[in-house]
Amino acid sequence: MTGLLEVSGLRKSYGDRVVLDDIALTVAPHDVVCLIGASGSGKSTLLRCLNLLEEIDDGVIRFEGREISDPLVDPREVRKQIGMVFQAYNLFPHLSVLDNCTLAPRRVHGISQSAAEAQARELLTRFGLGEHIDQHPDRLSGGQQQRAALVRALCTRPQVLLLDEITAALDPELVGEVLEIVRAEAAAGMTMVLATHEMAFAREVATKVCFLDQGRILEQGPPAEIFSDPREERTRQFLRRVL
Amino acid sequence: MSTWQPSARELERRQVRRSLRRRSVLIATAVTVAVFAAVAVGLTSSPGWATVRSTFFDAGVARETFPAILDGLWINIKLFLICEVFILVLGLAVALARTARSPWLTPVRVLAVLYVDLFRGVPTVLLVLLLGFGVPALELQGLTNDRYVWAGVALVLSYGAYVAEVFRSGIESIHPSQLNSASALGLSRAQSMRFVVVPQAVRRVAPPLLNDFISLQKDTALVSIVGVFDAVFAARDSTGYLFNYTPYVVVAAMFIAMTIPLARVTDWLGRRALARERAGAL
Repeated sequence: MTGLLEVSGLRKSYGDRVVLDDIALTVAPHDVVCLIGASGSGKSTLLRCLNLLEEIDDGVIRFEGREISDPLVDPREVRKQIGMVFQAYNLFPHLSVLDNCTLAPRRVHGISQSAAEAQARELLTRFGLGEHIDQHPDRLSGGQQQRAALVRALCTRPQVLLLDEITAALDPELVGEVLEIVRAEAAAGMTMVLATHEMAFAREVATKVCFLDQGRILEQGPPAEIFSDPREERTRQFLRRVL
Repeated sequence: MSTWQPSARELERRQVRRSLRRRSVLIATAVTVAVFAAVAVGLTSSPGWATVRSTFFDAGVARETFPAILDGLWINIKLFLICEVFILVLGLAVALARTARSPWLTPVRVLAVLYVDLFRGVPTVLLVLLLGFGVPALELQGLTNDRYVWAGVALVLSYGAYVAEVFRSGIESIHPSQLNSASALGLSRAQSMRFVVVPQAVRRVAPPLLNDFISLQKDTALVSIVGVFDAVFAARDSTGYLFNYTPYVVVAAMFIAMTIPLARVTDWLGRRALARERAGAL
């Protein structure tokens, strides 16, 4: 029981379609776990299950030792401590970048407006969005929007950050600026679970890589091992196609 | 995949979920019953309840006046059904005129704006009075002097202006990229509107449109003020010689019975549209 997040026997299905099957995963503090695999292999669904956005069909999810898959657990209490960033940014278009970043700290975490704004300004400036603080998200480029979404998630000071293919909707030249933030957070010790197609990045920052195939974690281990010497034939095929 | 059996923990969890669901059903029932009971007790225990009951809820009077009021209601229903068709056509035409871009259509656009400004601003009841009494007084040749018809025209003009704005908001809510891709395929602007924009817009504004039609169903009662013998007129007639207001309650009940099915359809359409939008969104 050393993990911050511990998953065992997790199963999720939509009707007859089994999307996740017998998933076991341990995320220790300061881990950066990269989920790789083809589209439809269940990476996003797994992240959504961890955040209790999906009701699971079996298995147990523990967060800081407590079972959060218990129906009696208030999902909002859990989500307060887990940050999530989506592929499509999902910034609120009617709020300025600053208001996007201070909404949850103020309304959910009860932080004062001035403290929340000071923190958001500091983070936005650090990540190169200083001149866009008062603009509305639609005025920003995709990369800037995704960076703002990352800052929005960081502003709640989460224990774990879940990143769902956050660079998949971006132009190649914008991917770097987003991954830079992730890299910085990883170096600062933030615990993260990310679904990604950026293999080079996964290799660089991950402490653990999980290869998902048809709803199962086929193989997991340190990046050096998975990328250089995978055990499974399916992993080898997948890596040959994407590398 | 049939080899999977739910684990003991999962079965336990399902048990908990079931009991949580049972509890919320129980709460919903208890709260609903309590609120309605409180309203009923509050009404019946008020000091004037006995008088109110005999003047507003007299079963004998209700039975007696029911057929005459129902006869009158047919006028409302016919009026509603006929007006609805004209309103839809007029509303869409005005909305299209307002969104037209061609310089040749500028006068039409100006007219459309004037029409909406004017008829949305005048209270419907005044329109019914002005047209119902005013046009027959002109004694124009070749035009009917039937006040029923002119009251209907007043409703069409008034609701046409509202519905035009509903359609316009729907048309403008369709993303410009849709028009661009239609143009890129070589469609003319008229064709783009006809085949791409309007079908999407209509689907999107169906719930507010139905909302306006529920409102129209009720407002057909306004024709009674120019002496058309509709349900409300019949009810007022009866209250006059029976000295009892029960006919008003009867006619109100009939209007409710008429609007509820449409209201449910509106809800259902709204839910369906929402479910469809949510389906694709993460």
